Amino acid sequence: MYKYFLRRTLILIPVLFGISAVLFTILVMAPGDPFEELATNPNVPPEVRMNLRAKFGLDDPLPVRYARWVASMMRGDWGFSFVSRVNVDTLILQRLPTTLVVLGSAQLLAILVAIPIGTYSALRPYSIFDQIATTLAFIGFSLPTFFTGLLFILLLSIHLDWLPFIYRSDISGTGWRWYWEHIRQAIMPVAVLGLAQAASMTRFMRAAVLDVIRLDYVNTARAKGLSEGVTLVKHVVRNALIPVVTLVAIQIPTIFGGAIVTEQIFRVPGIGSLLITSILANDTPVVMAVTFIFSILVLVSSLAADMLYAWLDPRISYR
Amino acid sequence: MARVVSGTVAGKLAVAAGQPRTSLWQETGRRFRRHRLAMVGSVILLALVLSVLFGPLVWRLPINDIDFRAKLKGPSWSHPLGTDDLGQDLLARMLYGGRISLAVGIAAMLIAISIGTAIGAISGFAGGAVDHMLMRITDMFLALPGLPLLLLIVYLFRDALRKMFGPEAGIFILIVAVIGGLRWMQVARLVRAQFLSLREKEFVESARSLGARPLRQVVRHILPNSMGPVIVAGTIDVAAAIIAESTLSFLGLGFPPDIPTWGRILFDAKDNLDFAPHWAMFPGTAIFLTVLSINYIGDGLRDAFDPRKVLGK
Repeated sequence: MYKYFLRRTLILIPVLFGISAVLFTILVMAPGDPFEELATNPNVPPEVRMNLRAKFGLDDPLPVRYARWVASMMRGDWGFSFVSRVNVDTLILQRLPTTLVVLGSAQLLAILVAIPIGTYSALRPYSIFDQIATTLAFIGFSLPTFFTGLLFILLLSIHLDWLPFIYRSDISGTGWRWYWEHIRQAIMPVAVLGLAQAASMTRFMRAAVLDVIRLDYVNTARAKGLSEGVTLVKHVVRNALIPVVTLVAIQIPTIFGGAIVTEQIFRVPGIGSLLITSILANDTPVVMAVTFIFSILVLVSSLAADMLYAWLDPRISYR
Repeated sequence: MARVVSGTVAGKLAVAAGQPRTSLWQETGRRFRRHRLAMVGSVILLALVLSVLFGPLVWRLPINDIDFRAKLKGPSWSHPLGTDDLGQDLLARMLYGGRISLAVGIAAMLIAISIGTAIGAISGFAGGAVDHMLMRITDMFLALPGLPLLLLIVYLFRDALRKMFGPEAGIFILIVAVIGGLRWMQVARLVRAQFLSLREKEFVESARSLGARPLRQVVRHILPNSMGPVIVAGTIDVAAAIIAESTLSFLGLGFPPDIPTWGRILFDAKDNLDFAPHWAMFPGTAIFLTVLSINYIGDGLRDAFDPRKVLGK
């Protein structure tokens, strides 16, 4: 298990370099010159501009520039935001926890909804419950997150006036009230993200349980007198989860995409909305850094999915 | 149970019993038509496509006719879907925007399928080091964060392409190319898997022993037989591309405001939800219905191409 973990982590290193190369290529290929303004300014002589270019190494060969860029990224020197005038890493560290809390709760919600419903559907296939659940799941994953978000706001904030639709990080108050306000404002973003995720997970779960339930070892478990609950949890669900984890792992990039949209709709101050505001403000260092952070988050979550996979199916780590 | 696929034992028995012989594609079509929800999806999608194609010929109000006396009005006889904050007719805008949204979806799907099929075919047929390298690249693309990268590329290249091809064509090319270029990996894996198994099948071996060159083996024998999963994946890709384009436009980073794609109309509508909900509901529902019907069609096609699954029920 430990060796497997190490091996999987080491595989990430070339992937990370690959992704950083892709990002760097995009940045280099992009038109526009950081010293363009100086070129059109008649007060700046061309020699000064050339000196500046040489100082920042813009005329060096590409591999040298790539190596320098990677080195400074690894040192934690992520540059300086043009707009908010602070270091990019400070800005991201301020915003990251909010994103992780919202995303984590949404995943939890998705698991809590999808696993029981998918399993129950598969135990009674083509029953009324199964048909309703399957239809709802289909509708759920056909609804784009931005539209679900607007529907939630329309229903829960405007018509019923139950929940606030703007996420605030500066809530006053202490103790229980403070927690309550935080939970209240997180309900809609978490629900939008979680339910979208739950919809596809329910379908995966139903299909996986249907495959597992007629296998011989389930019959064996029943035959040796295990209770229905133990059979279900330890023999059916655990084995059905193996393909589900793979399918969910493939969707991880989509989940982070959904996070950007929901953060933007509900104005959650996370890194997703930071990405959008910096794009609109032409704040290139922040845009690059947030994109890179998203890549790292995707890689770390797929690593976590692999670990879960190895725990569910110990044969994998011996391969 | 009697008629499965002509060519199988059951199929031959059916033919022997005097039932009409049907080709593989006819069988697939028949199974698809038996999938009730897929048929409903096809009808809805056909209606949507026909209305965005021919609707503007019937409903002749211009999309940018500003009329402040009629602003933010709900549905009425003169404006069946209401108006926006400038008094522009929403039905006309939706019909026009639908063309763009659907065109983006189909064009991006074609790009994704072409790249995916090419890479999957090369990988699966060549094998060895080429296969290994292409699959590592595919894995890396699968690990890229789709939406952030899409946003980054649109942000960096928007102005250059706008200058090169004009505001509308430039952004169209950019969005279609990037969405298609980030969605080919699934198709590549499917095609590769199909190639790996088909390559060793007897009918390919017989073609090889009859002296067919590799290109002919691929184009004539392997590729047509590996198209089933690709068609299913392509169908789903249209829906995914429509959602991707709408997401970009919804974030205000897609098409410019004078091109009212469905996502763009939602973006404009979202700050007026409390007094003009119709403005957001119609484009949102249009996106939802399109995606839902495409997904049901994909589901029906999957069952139709893979009869074992349906028989298993």
